Amino acid sequence: MRTHGGSHFGDRAFQWLTLLMALTVFALIALIGYELTRGSGIALRRFGWHFLVSSDWDPVNEQFGAVPFIFGTLVSSAIALLIAVPISIATAVYLTELAPLWLRQPLTMFIELLAAVPSVILGLWGIFVMVPWLREHLFPWLQKTLGFLPFFKGAIYGVSMLAGGIIIAIMIVPIITSVAREILRSVPGLQREAAYALGATRWEVTRIAVLSYAKKGLFGAVILGLGRALGETMAVTMVIGNTPQIVASLFAPGYTLASVVANEFTEATTDTYLSALFEIGLVLLGVTVLVNALAQLLLKTFAGPSVKPQH
Amino acid sequence: MQNEEISRRTMWVPRFQPSAFSLQPFLKMTAPNHNWRKFKNALMQAVTLVCAILVVTPLVLVFYHLVKEGFSSINWAFFTQLPKPVGESGGGMANAIVGTFILLGQAAVLGVPIGVLGGVFLSEYGSSRLNWWIRFAADVLNGVPSITWGMVVYALIVVPMKGFSALAGGIVLGMMMIPLVMRTTEEVLQLVPSGYREAALALGIAKWRAIVQIVVRTALKGIVTGVLLALARVAGETAPLLFTAFGNHFWTHKLTDPIAAMPLQIFAYAISPYDDWHRLAWAGALALLLLVLFINVGVRVLTRDRFQRNV
Repeated sequence: MRTHGGSHFGDRAFQWLTLLMALTVFALIALIGYELTRGSGIALRRFGWHFLVSSDWDPVNEQFGAVPFIFGTLVSSAIALLIAVPISIATAVYLTELAPLWLRQPLTMFIELLAAVPSVILGLWGIFVMVPWLREHLFPWLQKTLGFLPFFKGAIYGVSMLAGGIIIAIMIVPIITSVAREILRSVPGLQREAAYALGATRWEVTRIAVLSYAKKGLFGAVILGLGRALGETMAVTMVIGNTPQIVASLFAPGYTLASVVANEFTEATTDTYLSALFEIGLVLLGVTVLVNALAQLLLKTFAGPSVKPQH
Repeated sequence: MQNEEISRRTMWVPRFQPSAFSLQPFLKMTAPNHNWRKFKNALMQAVTLVCAILVVTPLVLVFYHLVKEGFSSINWAFFTQLPKPVGESGGGMANAIVGTFILLGQAAVLGVPIGVLGGVFLSEYGSSRLNWWIRFAADVLNGVPSITWGMVVYALIVVPMKGFSALAGGIVLGMMMIPLVMRTTEEVLQLVPSGYREAALALGIAKWRAIVQIVVRTALKGIVTGVLLALARVAGETAPLLFTAFGNHFWTHKLTDPIAAMPLQIFAYAISPYDDWHRLAWAGALALLLLVLFINVGVRVLTRDRFQRNV
């Protein structure tokens, strides 16, 4: 009987211990929110909502507004999604529906390896290989063919909003692809067989039976990619040019929420400056948490907890 | 196991039910249309193949340039010497390599126990509703931009300690590991057949001992895999280290001093104006990528036949 009582206590203790550890995720979320809010106290009191509508960023005169960075984050993420979404979804379709069977496994592994490449390495490659190539080849060509659009006017420096968008696209493609692949794999085989039975071609099966079924989950995958795009820091910082301005030309340098923090945090000389950077972090956190929560809800209601979490 | 999972899922998360698909698309599948449909099928196969190639290209290009630019600078000095001051050629990244491993060690000490025990809770205890929220929080936490983690630990550790430190760097990486390890641990524990648990309990072993000695031990390889992948992921993180570990040009043996890390060094060298440092950045990036890819490929090869889904 004594051993029984002892193990009962052991059971209780172990269960409580693991519960406590599992609950740290809530503690961490609370901690992040608390520290960022506390850090941005001065800026919140001094600028209030004005911070979100002002486009001044003048550390010398202590005037701070987040608009150029919000603009840069939104535009670079939008460019990234425009490039990444069609390519990733098509690749996921290829991997699950159209590719020869022997090719699927190695290709999937290759794409997962791409997701493991650290951001700073892509940034290094971006500075020394991608940006010069864009400057000398792609950008002049774009200007020649689409130069009548305001997005492709103006001087070409290489480091630019477009370069930032492209590097983010490279970073989020593997994420969207692997989530989308999991989603497509979870579409019941019966869906496909029903369409095949009606005489559909392989592509018709994909379009009618698979893609329309998986629409919601694929949307979740895209939103997850957006969440990553918004918070991407190092690679973007290295190629976007880091100039807080709002211009139509995508060839002009820009600045994002994440990269202004990365660049200026250790150089912030006054309390207000540091506090303004904390508030930038708070804005970034708010947006990414909302976007990620939406993505997780879409993915979880589509397929239940069986869809593999993507890191 | 499978049934249990499905019933647990359907208990409270409504599964996405597609509306019966429309007949409209099938009306076009008529005989005169046959060649056009076959053509479209082939066309889409080609388009998705091109997209898959586009996805794979960056990894190939990055790896090609890393080897081309970095391989010649990886030599004995790279692994054994400190960085040389500007103007002197040669030198290495020895302190950054050691620093990265010190940071990873600290991160593992913090992140692994919390993550693994939390994962045990998710898999073995708890109600489905509570666990849904914990999973949700962990997945949202995984999407928090790494730069904001850095700011949080700056406010939490660096400010009270009045200086950047290796300890702060280890803590930030450890915190980032918690949700990663928790989710992968949960996944591999759920792959352990429930018969193992039942058999253990039927023999009169206390539940916690059944979990620790039977369930966790059975899944140990998978848990180690998850931990290694999480370490590989945080090994490449730069943004959170910028204002925690901060970087250092010299050897340090105190955890309260700033410490060098490979990603930080790569970043600092990449944005510097000196050719000699650029060479070191390439070499460092090659070494870091090889480390990350080695872990990723290694664990996939080792666990391939053990689990159907590579974690």
